Amino acid sequence: MSQTITVAHDIHRDDEGSKIGMWLFIFTELLLFAGLFIVYGVYRYLNPVAFHLAAEELNVTVGTLNTVILLCSSATMAMASTAIRMRKKALTLTLLGITLFIAFMFMVNKYFEWKGKFGHGIFPGSEDLLQLGHGDTLFFGLYFFMTGLHALHIIIGFILITIVAVRVNNNSLTSENPVLLDNSGLYWHLVDLIWIFLFPLFYLIA
Amino acid sequence: MENHNDSHIVPFKTYGIILAVLIVLTLISVAVTQIDLASLTVFTAILLASIKSGIVLVYFMHLKFDNLMMKIFVTAVFVLVALVMVVTFLDYNYR
Repeated sequence: MSQTITVAHDIHRDDEGSKIGMWLFIFTELLLFAGLFIVYGVYRYLNPVAFHLAAEELNVTVGTLNTVILLCSSATMAMASTAIRMRKKALTLTLLGITLFIAFMFMVNKYFEWKGKFGHGIFPGSEDLLQLGHGDTLFFGLYFFMTGLHALHIIIGFILITIVAVRVNNNSLTSENPVLLDNSGLYWHLVDLIWIFLFPLFYLIA
Repeated sequence: MENHNDSHIVPFKTYGIILAVLIVLTLISVAVTQIDLASLTVFTAILLASIKSGIVLVYFMHLKFDNLMMKIFVTAVFVLVALVMVVTFLDYNYR
């Protein structure tokens, strides 16, 4: 009985457990995207010419820019984990702010990229796309679905990092309990990791 | 205290260097895929992406400083995913 009371007073927290839980979630995300990459690979194999021509429609410069800025945001997110441990609150908030700003810029780029495609009559189910043929429909279908799903992850990551920033600001997340920041970082790096594969598959291999 | 998070603190400089390496690798993969290497293009792009993702996993995702169990855990899952992909593509290639 006395043991129960001791436990109740010492608020139990298992950071290692939280981290393993986050990794398990990341594994499920990995399987989700791995399935899509396999679908992409198989359809590319079955429609090599159409995929080759369709990929040339995508702007390599915009893709490269988005890759570089996403890598930068991963670095600032990782640095935030260091800053919080050094008890530098202002620096942590600045780094989180930069990460959020870059995430926003990524979405702005994505918006203009998609808007351009829509302007050319290329969107799922469009007449122009149907006339281009089966392979192009598959390529752009996968392009919109996979980059769209990735963009959804960016939005979720944005919300998550915002919550972390608010908690750092009101001192409920400090160097004593940085696990939420670390796990949000893991999620953000996963988003980066997926983009590292999406970028060459859609933009570069043409 | 068990709760204390006294894991290794990675210096900012390390992340800076890693970021620079990742950007250079990105630019290399863009440059390499612009020149026509025929079937090697896909291979090179995937290889560079794999190296980049390895660096992200080890440094940004902190695996280098995690305990052995986490290292084995993550490596095993990534190897499994890679195997599933390789087997699928082998199947398609040799039908």
